[in-house]
Amino acid sequence: MKVTLTVNGGQIGAEVPDRTLLVDFLRDVAGLTAANIGCDTSSCGACTVLLDGQSVKSCTLLAAQADGREVVTLEGLASGADDLHPVQRAFRAEHGLQCGFCTPGMVMAAVSLLAENPSPTEEEVRTALEGNLCRCTGYHNIVRAVLAAARDGAASGQNAAADLATSERRPV
Amino acid sequence: MIPAPFTYQRAGSVDEALGLAADGGEDAKFLAGGHSLLPLMKLRLSVPETLIDIARLRELRYIRADNGHIAVGALSTHNDLATSGLLARELPLLAHAAGRVGDPQVRHCGTIGGSLAHADSAADLPAVVLALDAVLVARGPSGSREIDAGSFFRGLFESALDPGELLTEIRIPRPQTPSRWSFQKFTKRAIDWAIVGVAVQGGSVALVNMGQTPIRASAVEQALAGGAAPREAASRAAEGAIPPEDLNADRGYREHLARVLVARALEESAARA
Amino acid sequence: MSILGTRVVRTEDPRLLTAGGTYVDDLRVPELATAARVTFVRSPIAHAMITGIDVSAALAAEGVVAVLTVKDMDDLPPPPPDDGGGGGEGAPLPLGGPWSEPLLAVDRVRFVGEPVAVVITDDRYQGEDAAELVSVDYEPLPAVVGIDAALASETPLFAGTESCIAVTIGEAGDGTGFGECDVVVERTIENQRLAPVPMEGRAVAASWADGKLTVWVSTQNAQIARFILAGALGMDPGMIRVVAPDVGGGFGAKIGVERDGLIVAWAAKHTGRSLRWAETRSENMIGMTHGRAQRHVIKIGGSRDGHIQAYRLDIVQDTGAYPRLGGFLPFLTSLMAVGPYTIPQVQTAYRVVVTNTTPINAYRGAGRPEATAAIERAVDLFAAAIGMDPAEVRRINLVPKDKFPYSTPCGATYDTGDYVAALDKVLAAAGYSELRAEQARRRERGDVLQLGIGLASYVEITAADAAGGETARLVVNGDGTATVYTGSSAHGQGHHTAWAMLVESELGIPMANVTVIHGDTDLIPQGVGTYASRSLQLGGVALQRAAVDVKEQARRVAADLMEASEADLELDIERGVWQVRGDPATSQTWADVAAHAGSGGLEASANFTEGQPTFPFGTHLAVAEVDTETGKARLIRHVTVDDAGTVVSPLLAEGQRHGGIAQGVAQALLEEMVYDADGNPVTGTLVDYAIITAAELPSFELLSSETPTTVNPLGVKGIGEAGTIGATPATQNAIINAVSHLGVSHIDMPLTPARVWAAVSAAQENQENGERQ
Repeated sequence: MKVTLTVNGGQIGAEVPDRTLLVDFLRDVAGLTAANIGCDTSSCGACTVLLDGQSVKSCTLLAAQADGREVVTLEGLASGADDLHPVQRAFRAEHGLQCGFCTPGMVMAAVSLLAENPSPTEEEVRTALEGNLCRCTGYHNIVRAVLAAARDGAASGQNAAADLATSERRPV
Repeated sequence: MIPAPFTYQRAGSVDEALGLAADGGEDAKFLAGGHSLLPLMKLRLSVPETLIDIARLRELRYIRADNGHIAVGALSTHNDLATSGLLARELPLLAHAAGRVGDPQVRHCGTIGGSLAHADSAADLPAVVLALDAVLVARGPSGSREIDAGSFFRGLFESALDPGELLTEIRIPRPQTPSRWSFQKFTKRAIDWAIVGVAVQGGSVALVNMGQTPIRASAVEQALAGGAAPREAASRAAEGAIPPEDLNADRGYREHLARVLVARALEESAARA
Repeated sequence: MSILGTRVVRTEDPRLLTAGGTYVDDLRVPELATAARVTFVRSPIAHAMITGIDVSAALAAEGVVAVLTVKDMDDLPPPPPDDGGGGGEGAPLPLGGPWSEPLLAVDRVRFVGEPVAVVITDDRYQGEDAAELVSVDYEPLPAVVGIDAALASETPLFAGTESCIAVTIGEAGDGTGFGECDVVVERTIENQRLAPVPMEGRAVAASWADGKLTVWVSTQNAQIARFILAGALGMDPGMIRVVAPDVGGGFGAKIGVERDGLIVAWAAKHTGRSLRWAETRSENMIGMTHGRAQRHVIKIGGSRDGHIQAYRLDIVQDTGAYPRLGGFLPFLTSLMAVGPYTIPQVQTAYRVVVTNTTPINAYRGAGRPEATAAIERAVDLFAAAIGMDPAEVRRINLVPKDKFPYSTPCGATYDTGDYVAALDKVLAAAGYSELRAEQARRRERGDVLQLGIGLASYVEITAADAAGGETARLVVNGDGTATVYTGSSAHGQGHHTAWAMLVESELGIPMANVTVIHGDTDLIPQGVGTYASRSLQLGGVALQRAAVDVKEQARRVAADLMEASEADLELDIERGVWQVRGDPATSQTWADVAAHAGSGGLEASANFTEGQPTFPFGTHLAVAEVDTETGKARLIRHVTVDDAGTVVSPLLAEGQRHGGIAQGVAQALLEEMVYDADGNPVTGTLVDYAIITAAELPSFELLSSETPTTVNPLGVKGIGEAGTIGATPATQNAIINAVSHLGVSHIDMPLTPARVWAAVSAAQENQENGERQ
């Protein structure tokens, strides 16, 4: 069937088998490979994206279910190369990622959490991330990152100029 | 993993959904949030030939106070229930339990109707609606009917719905004392299905994962009605139950947990009232 | 001031946080533009003869390009003749010989998940459909499952062998040393089978063109993978290029390339078609190697004043269906058996058994967590037997700081350490006496929620294969930027950041101008890769050497450029310029110097092979709260010292400790790979195999401690596995401690609510029976 979604602000439509999972539509049709597939049982959350503003596991939705709706993936989060979302900035500042495989889903889950609960406690953050597995970080810095992003006003979706460089480029 | 091939259809109205289901017969299934059905299909444990997407039937997504009862549209998501101010005041047991189903992503998609129709005895909401003496409204080709929660859950993954019948509303009588509730969900990890769960509203006690269906702990209820103290009544929690055995618990442990958790639930609900 | 030791954020992150990483399944390179998909057909049965395979229905399915079985593998070289002795005692090599493992199953399957056929289709969805249509006839054979069955089995699993015992090292205990002890405690404890579960499973893509094979592998070692591919496919390594793109975690289970990946590479060569494969999680749970799976018989004896005099550890290693690592894991366990203690009499022995389950291989710690788990339980049991505080018993027996380098009875020489300081630091930070006081109050009151405090003091071996070295090549480019070609192969550890820090620290070229490349055998033909926590102490040191070499070359060039003598020149690291000492006006940039260097450029290579294994150490203290009515345990605090010598990047080191602790706690609390008696996996998905989530963990309390090693110029040891090694026994000890006053002396891992409650109710029953008698 023909499925058309708005992904990261742009329309993408394609003729796909009815059983196409949303995550595969995003990865293979839309070419957005940040969302990853980490399990078969909707357990790991690596595929988390926003659907009409709410976090969902894109492996547990058919592309058809998202037809006509709005999806935001990690690739669509920043307003520009120098205008990162506070959650992205905070994950870097707090070393909230190592191998990066769970990260796109973790970041989108965090964005959704802060939209619903702008000032969570540490316990609320930990519970809200129970559907996002990470094998590398032990979650310690992920939690710090989400709390830092909350302080940074993530809920209002404000992006600000970000310093991507670890040190200023010096004249060579 | 990928579902086996199927045909996707989307219904624009309840009548259309019923019509499509009648056409599809045995091999057609309704798709609401899909968070009970799709995981089974991905493991190819369920292979329907037709999926009828009903998730956009907005007329089935509501929470409102009617005369003497709260009416919850079957397509209300768990998140809808968990964040409803009306439920927080009138049916905090339901709001709280819905807020503990799965994880946030699951709660954004999964619906109460889908969960109840799936009839998993390890799920939370079936026991909750049982404790609340809910009436489940179903619509089929021959019209609407009402089914008591006590008759709705027939067996593991087996509800009283006929093929082609759609759950439309969950009607819950207003509890005498809404605040006299408790929900005890015992898990290894926060994300897990309950090893054993207890839902209490007033003098009603229902158990999660203590049988092939959610069950009322009738012996406890009788003891309470007879004036027994919580701990004493709770000692009868496992009577009449045939709890499942699995990796997390054998029969004896489940029975023990039922007694402990019922006691805690009764104490907590009394303290709240 | 040097950048080393400062909290620098990672250079890897901007890309990972905006576009996401590029893992094998994300690759969209031209060579794979028309790649077909590989789907495996795997054995659903633990042990059986294959009596027939019918691929006709699959061949007729939509999108099917080919269906391959062992019959199609006639273009492979015969396996090398060998006697089944592997590489000798303690070599991490398959035993081979009669224990040999094929690629696609030949006439027999030995574990659920063993690959039997591959289906090649245009897309992944078709692959799953077609794989269901391959019809395999199996004649079931009795399955040997678990250590007891393997030891008792009268029928060997492999023709030409005598039993299911594949390796036997050491003698049975003769009681030496225990006769003189006041108190002797013996116990059998299980170190359960785990699944590594990196978030990215195994994935391989392969392209065959013009006699050359390019293989993209989710691997920790591109060069080792190439070596293995060359051997398996009978090819000249020069005709194989292996690329490791971003890798979503490894934990030791992605070393080189293993059986299923080799099948994919072969299939690409065989069909002439580029192929890609990314396993599902269900495949990963049974197809990726498992970890741990040791049984320990521990015997510990000592005097009532707390001195441990004798310790014996007997190990049985379940190695699964094929002995892929020989006796390597229990060899390491034996090497580290005595832990951080001075114990006069130590004996170890081990046996390796085969069973009809997934093969065992390295998993974070690889043999050393097992050693620590055994002795830390033994120390607690001994402490309980003599009625002494377990912290005190440890203090009395820890190797004193003036004894280093310390040669142990197990054959290791610990380089540097201050074990008592680590213990004391943790006890102080945790508020040990306050914790014990709170525990006492709760016990007095008979609270439902009891407190347990658990300790683990540990030492572990990193860079055990230091003699294999690690390579680095450093190039200063014409524009003054630098490129590092490293033999290490990060899969989350942040080497690009750490290596850039080293270059900036040595040469003054800013990190932002340093590009690090790894994991491509065309660009880096020689290297070992990342495992055994070896990369900083070998690869980082190699890089530093190369940087020093480059600096000296540059000095000569700069002297010529500036017409000054080398002795008068200095490199201003802060500003990243060469100048006549004290005269900034004369400064020349790296670009100036590089340009003047001419066609030779400024570059140096190093292979640091003079390293030796190093021994990080520490103490973990876990605080657990146990609900004695339900058995549910909750970790509420975790305080650690993990001393791995000089810290180059505090950020990266802490991250490794956090992740290690989480995996260690998870083994104690939640995880176990379970098989039924017929060899069917019971925990085959992430619903049943309980990976720990953020909701089950507290924030950790990490303390700093840096005791440099003397065996490399940076003074660094390896931190990657230490957190796991300390966390598991600390957590296990804490939970047992929470209910020890009820009569519980031991609970095997994982300490699930059911197990804790069973132990508590059994102990209560014993007490009641005791009282009645």
